Amino acid sequence: MAQATQYNLDQKFDFTEAIKKSVFLVGGIGLLFLILGIAAAIFGGEAHGDDGQHAYHWTHRLFANLWINNVYFTGLAIIGVFFFAIQYAASAGWSAPLVKIMISFGHWLPIAGVLMIVTFFIASHDLFHWTHSDIYDKSDSHYDSIIDGKGAFFYWPMEKGSFPIFYLLRMVLFFGFWVFFFNKLKSLSEQEDLHGGTQYWFKLRSWSAIFLVFFAVSSSVSAWDWVMSIDTHWFSTLFGWYVFASWFVAGLAALTLVTMFLKDQGYLDMVNDNHIHDLGKYVFAFSIFWTYIWFSQFLLIYYANIPEEAVYFVERLESDVYGGFIIVNLVINFFLPFLVLMTRDSKRHSVFLKLVCTLILFGHWLDFFLMVQPGTVGQDGGLGLMEVGLLLVYASAFAFVMFTNLAKGNLIAKNHPMLEESYHHHI
Amino acid sequence: MEKDKNFVVGIFDDEDVLSLAVRQIRKAGVKIHEVYSPYPVHGLDEDLGYRRSRLPIAAFLFGLLGTTLALTMQFYMMQFDWPMIIGGKNFAPIPTFIPVTFELTVLLSAFGMVGVFMITNNLKPWGQPRIFDIRSTDDKHVMAIDLAANASLGKEKIVEVLKASGATEVNNKNFED
Repeated sequence: MAQATQYNLDQKFDFTEAIKKSVFLVGGIGLLFLILGIAAAIFGGEAHGDDGQHAYHWTHRLFANLWINNVYFTGLAIIGVFFFAIQYAASAGWSAPLVKIMISFGHWLPIAGVLMIVTFFIASHDLFHWTHSDIYDKSDSHYDSIIDGKGAFFYWPMEKGSFPIFYLLRMVLFFGFWVFFFNKLKSLSEQEDLHGGTQYWFKLRSWSAIFLVFFAVSSSVSAWDWVMSIDTHWFSTLFGWYVFASWFVAGLAALTLVTMFLKDQGYLDMVNDNHIHDLGKYVFAFSIFWTYIWFSQFLLIYYANIPEEAVYFVERLESDVYGGFIIVNLVINFFLPFLVLMTRDSKRHSVFLKLVCTLILFGHWLDFFLMVQPGTVGQDGGLGLMEVGLLLVYASAFAFVMFTNLAKGNLIAKNHPMLEESYHHHI
Repeated sequence: MEKDKNFVVGIFDDEDVLSLAVRQIRKAGVKIHEVYSPYPVHGLDEDLGYRRSRLPIAAFLFGLLGTTLALTMQFYMMQFDWPMIIGGKNFAPIPTFIPVTFELTVLLSAFGMVGVFMITNNLKPWGQPRIFDIRSTDDKHVMAIDLAANASLGKEKIVEVLKASGATEVNNKNFED
């Protein structure tokens, strides 16, 4: 049924003082928590001093937290670009009014890259056991033949234990290409806004497809590099998928929350319950996907019960510090979205979606917390003021960067050839 | 007049005309028995004022049945009926139950849905579906109106409304059974 649709296609997001204030407030609270957490770590609590080789220091835990948030928020940013690319590669019509929000997540990528590299240079010895040179020295009592066998993956073509050139090259390369693809896709989308016509859409589709191929490989390898190499002895063949799944659900939850926030502010008048419903379906479906991956990894290791594999879960499940969080992780990231978002109504009513998406964002941060902390700080870790504080600081910085850049451009891809289709999206 | 026996059947060529006709006819106070179309017409169920299907509830309950059945079965087998130590695990290792539980949940949920759908839509093997016009499987949209349900209006009025709303043909259909 043809009916004239009068939507404001030139709307721009206004990053008002009031919104800025609340973003800064979150950051401020985070900073306060962080400082209190650091103070508590300096003055209170005794160290457990695990192996005697390195005495525990409070910076240990701070570095571990920096790394958790670096990886997690890099994920949110790249998933924005990834989901944008998916829409074009799949010729999706329903999401046409939302593509600008997705791509705006990518503005965090350059910052994330710098933060990650700087953190690595400052904290690599505290985070990554493989960066210690004595484990590659056959004459040293710390010689580790297993890590020595894997050393080339970090140090090639240099001597093992010197400077991890191959590792850093990958990090720079991944961020470089991700930022490149982000800029390419963004500028094509902006040119489409200016000039119109379908040729930009076709170009976007081709570039999206190329990016997706690159991302398929790089997301997996980056997961080995940045997360799995913390537990250097241990390996899991589907770890890349596991990290990707966690990133993807978190990114989708963030996208849903931002979309609903903008709608509450009076933008995106063409986005109706059906679009929100589809976002809810994505969150629901990929929460189950994450659980599937998580459980596949767990079950195989549990069943085979090979010591060098099982140690990963022994470290977590048998620990007083982390044992409970495994359950919390599964409850927040599986049972909650599965049961709450199962019905059609809950995916169409913003109250449920907002609640679940917020919890999922925290839940997947917790997932990364469980990946990073046991291998870096061990029994000295935990979920305290420092963790919550730094998470809020990063979240507020991410939101600030994303909203600032969202406010600079059009909120709607106004010449997207499938806008008309998306108005009539009905499920 | 007996219910579900005597019908007026309107034939429509075009889905847009049909959707509009459904709304007009309902507005005129005529109760529509059912509309049959060769392919799904988008939004027709809303035009007909149907409530949302309750099939998902059936799916959930059958799924729950599958979950319960699978866990009970495995627990009974491994703990009581024939306890075995496999891979040094307990007799009843819960994580290894999950794949079977998942499969049975999906299986019973799907079977349950198909079964409920068939029974509620009279597609069961022993059911006798009513065919108001065989062309509804080809290229015509067919609207059936039960005369008994619209006794207050009278047949002439219904035929008139049907024709006015764009039906290309209006037929009578009577069932003996």
